[in-house]
Amino acid sequence: MTTAPDTTSYDAHFKVWRGDVDGGGLEDFTVEVNEGEVVLDIIHRLQATQAPDLAVRWNCKAGKCGSCSAEINGRPRLLCMTRMSVFDRDETLTVTPLRAFPVVRDLVTDVGFNYEKARQVPAFVPPQDLGPGEYRMQQEDVGRSQEFRKCIECFLCQDTCHVVRDHEENKTAFAGPRFLMRVAELDMHPLDAAEETGLDRKSTAQEEHGLGYCNITKCCTEVCPEHIKITDNALIPLKERAADRKYDPLVWLGNKIRRRTS
Amino acid sequence: MRAGTRAAIAAPHLRTDRWWLAPAATALGLLAFVVYSTWRAFANADYYHAPYVSPFYSPCLADNCTTMKGGPNWGLFGEWWGLSPALLILIFPLGFRLTCYYYRKAYYRGFWASPPACAVAEPHKKYTGETRFPLILQNVHRYFFYAALLVAAILTWDTALGFRNEEYEWGHMGLGTLVFLGNILLIWAYTLSCHSCRHIIGGRLRHFSKHPVRYRMWGWVGKLNERHMLLAWASLLSVALADFYVYLLATGTITDPRLF
Amino acid sequence: MAHVERQQWDVVIVGAGGAGLRAAIEAREQGLRTAVICKSLFGKAHTVMAEGGIAASMGNVNEGDNWQVHFRDTMRGGKFLNQWRMAELHAREAPDRVWELETWGALFDRTPDGRISQRNFGGHEYPRLAHVGDRTGLELIRTLQQKVVSLQQEDFQESGDYEARIKVFQECTVTQVLKEDDRVSGVFCYERESGRFFVLESPAVVLATGGIGKSFKVTSNSWEYTGDGHALALLAGASLINMEFVQFHPTGMVWPPSVKGILVTESVRGDGGVLRNSEGKRFMFDYVPDVFKEKYAESEQEADGWYEDPDSNRRPPELLPRDEVARAINAEVKAGRGSPHGGVFLDVSTRMPAETIKRRLPSMHHQFRELADVDITAEPMEVGPTCHYVMGGVDVDSDTAAARGVPGLFAAGEVAGGMHGSNRLGGNSLSDLLVFGRRAGLHAAEYARGHADERPRVGDAQIDAAAAEALRPFGVGSAPEEERAREPEAAENPYTVHQDLQRSMNELVGIIRREEEMSEALERLAELRERARRAKVEGHRQFNPGWHLALDLRNMLLVSECVARAALNRTESRGGHTRDDHPEMDREWRRANLVCTLAATAPEPPGAGSEAAAEAGTETGAGRAGRIALRRREMPPIRKDLLELFEKEELIKYLTDEELTSE
Repeated sequence: MTTAPDTTSYDAHFKVWRGDVDGGGLEDFTVEVNEGEVVLDIIHRLQATQAPDLAVRWNCKAGKCGSCSAEINGRPRLLCMTRMSVFDRDETLTVTPLRAFPVVRDLVTDVGFNYEKARQVPAFVPPQDLGPGEYRMQQEDVGRSQEFRKCIECFLCQDTCHVVRDHEENKTAFAGPRFLMRVAELDMHPLDAAEETGLDRKSTAQEEHGLGYCNITKCCTEVCPEHIKITDNALIPLKERAADRKYDPLVWLGNKIRRRTS
Repeated sequence: MRAGTRAAIAAPHLRTDRWWLAPAATALGLLAFVVYSTWRAFANADYYHAPYVSPFYSPCLADNCTTMKGGPNWGLFGEWWGLSPALLILIFPLGFRLTCYYYRKAYYRGFWASPPACAVAEPHKKYTGETRFPLILQNVHRYFFYAALLVAAILTWDTALGFRNEEYEWGHMGLGTLVFLGNILLIWAYTLSCHSCRHIIGGRLRHFSKHPVRYRMWGWVGKLNERHMLLAWASLLSVALADFYVYLLATGTITDPRLF
Repeated sequence: MAHVERQQWDVVIVGAGGAGLRAAIEAREQGLRTAVICKSLFGKAHTVMAEGGIAASMGNVNEGDNWQVHFRDTMRGGKFLNQWRMAELHAREAPDRVWELETWGALFDRTPDGRISQRNFGGHEYPRLAHVGDRTGLELIRTLQQKVVSLQQEDFQESGDYEARIKVFQECTVTQVLKEDDRVSGVFCYERESGRFFVLESPAVVLATGGIGKSFKVTSNSWEYTGDGHALALLAGASLINMEFVQFHPTGMVWPPSVKGILVTESVRGDGGVLRNSEGKRFMFDYVPDVFKEKYAESEQEADGWYEDPDSNRRPPELLPRDEVARAINAEVKAGRGSPHGGVFLDVSTRMPAETIKRRLPSMHHQFRELADVDITAEPMEVGPTCHYVMGGVDVDSDTAAARGVPGLFAAGEVAGGMHGSNRLGGNSLSDLLVFGRRAGLHAAEYARGHADERPRVGDAQIDAAAAEALRPFGVGSAPEEERAREPEAAENPYTVHQDLQRSMNELVGIIRREEEMSEALERLAELRERARRAKVEGHRQFNPGWHLALDLRNMLLVSECVARAALNRTESRGGHTRDDHPEMDREWRRANLVCTLAATAPEPPGAGSEAAAEAGTETGAGRAGRIALRRREMPPIRKDLLELFEKEELIKYLTDEELTSE
């Protein structure tokens, strides 16, 4: 094995937020960086050499599990998918925990908000008349929901969304992009039988999951490491579907009449 | 909802890039258009020079319009309307663009700073988004889309009229015809790339496989829709340009170079 | 000792990957209160990394497929060392397990007639892998996760508590399976976030912790794969089988260092990628073993013809079985013909137009562009072997997934041994998780129900001992006085010990194994065990990664020793075990399982500061005495009707004459 020449390795300046619920601050580090490394490697080097108890959450290190979400120079990113080579060598990198969630320690935050929201979205309702093995779906009919199922649940979209990032009080009413996308995924599922059970995902998106809070400023789409077009393909179509139900005067009139006659 | 404290970071953001550039540019661009279009809409002058009618004044719905031969003189509002006729018609494209999903993003970010940029704290204490009046009205976008279709159809007719010369004889072209052609293409592309259009064409369907034609159209609209922002700006620019071209002709600043 | 919280559950599942979640769903559907414990966040388990698909003989693409064919393929892949009953159950039940996922909301890629699409894969006779692009593992984990959530929603409807009957304890680690009177009584755990200890009392515990890859330097596995379940089972008195069989995938990324080991999918070669050394030579032609000579091309021209016309050309040698390719790459690098970063070149850029590459290999294109700054449409990739999967695991009953010898303990998924024999086929892992995850959940629930009236109590002494062991790296109440006096504390950094362990295993018990090297590995492991005992960490218990690693070292060391000892003992080459000094497959060895148990020592109560106890010798005793005892066990003969699925000529290669005539 040939060793990489010396020029490929350099010392970088890092500011890493360290602390917990009781407070904390940015701590300075100077740390070696080698060619081809990502920010998570540098954090690991800090752990192994300078700060063994530096807390960071990670898992697959290949951008597939969505564990190592944090903020680098103020932008929500996956630590394992942010290459050091995109920064200038003399640039100081600031690494901070996700801002929208309570901090646990150092770069680790309590992402429980997302799991609570996940529970509030009613699950897929299997069609009554089809047994296992009898499902027939066309590729073009599953394509839209499949895009949303690429989601690795890194919660970067939940973190960057100003609705909850800047307004803690909205957390009760607003499910966040990830889970509104989940509603869209189920509403577009070709065999979901929610409607037969009296569940209208289109109106609940607005009434129960806070779709109206979204002002489509697209930060969720910008940060998505899976490049899912959350706003264009999930949130806006969902808004349109809700509009079908609620803001279409013809539909509204029809409902009025039907209600009166029934 | 949950007890717990966020990491104690006082700075409203830690971004080191020029995050303010995009919202600032957007705001400036929109502002420039607002200023220009307000001036032109209230001017009530210099909007017709045969065979071209400014898109700001088409169709002309009041009696106080310049007579445009074969053009869109539909005096629906009669004589009582004394203001600029542009105000009557501009409501529709304005409403379409104001409720457009792209422009909403642009002005929420650019003017309201809600948020100014991703991961940059917004300056507002409270935020309710589009959950209540007046912003809940953004949901009527699709009706403006229908209106925009009509307007686009009329502008298409106007463009066709551009294939005449100053004597209203058919079969001619000038530089203005090209300006109008470019404009109407962009207007159509922008209008059809609209998210509501995408929804109506096919997005609302549950089973694409049962509607192959609509599925295919949905695909096309989707392709256009990916460039909705670009088309929004391009068509905004082109419509102003078309109007300005007519203004220059009408004021006699330039003469329309005739191609044939 | 401080108060340790206790909770009572009916079934406890350790691990929330495919097997763990499937087990949890089953136990909950049986009506039992089920707890799941996982080291990561819920939904992040290593299962998400699986790309290819789930093998199940649904016959959607080729109607000729059925469970018998799948069984046959699995046995061949495992070189007939598989627990045949597991292979049979797996092949029979896999389709039901896949269909069931659809009723929970999974969206697989479709065939033109609307059924689940199935793709070809190495070793499978027919297109068999249900898949979603190249992210099947993610779809699997998300579907199971969402099914768990939907069960919680049902419970919420009934009781107002989402977690009434199924609860996920995320970011928690189990350090001991607790026992009372030889029966499982619960697990001792700590919460990674706070460092808080707690005990889940339960008559039934299902291990579903995955594999052991983190004991090797170059691996496709994540940090969670520290062999926890393997070690917990050993410490609880269960045994491990087939630990010598470790699958090395021939093509992992070798550069940049940060992604070394990450998988480069087999489809790259299947679609036309070729392997070259630093001299630009397609070296695989030099490595076709005699037994395969007839099936593989001899010239580049012939090999290239195969992609278009497989009937009149033989396969390119790049598509030899994984072990052959891995060995060849190893040899080229050792001969000094490797790539700059210690691998060889895998090239598609000169083989296909850029557009074709982007269309057929989107994730590889993306992976290399994002992680290595390499455009695979313009330049070759650098690849080398990477530790991928362990075939060995807990010795379980084939039907019930119950660990032999420890009532109340169950194991499913990669942590269970036997199913895959000496080598696993691609796609058989995800189906394994589902089939045996469900079985483990079912039988754990039955067992727990059967013992509902006599729930074992967990004694305080046990808990105190477990807590003491877990706190040892902080130097709190750790080694006895005299021991501390004996070694005046050269405190060890757990990270350094871990790196040394990984290097030793990679270099000495890697793809190609030799007796001397493995003996040396056992020596080194003994030293590492000493050093691990002195591992000290700074800071406090709250989310302290150094502490977590120090605790995981125990497991990795135990498991590594199993691998090394079993590998040293098996004097043949078969599947995932290649001996340089015994290169042939030996039919006599076919029937033998090597069984690892904790070496017999002074009785060691589970939870006692364990290292202190065992230093006894073992029968295979090369090198220094270790903690693992090894014995050879005969496998039960394959059932007659299953044997009849094969041609006699084929069986001759694997079974001894005696086995063949005894029928």
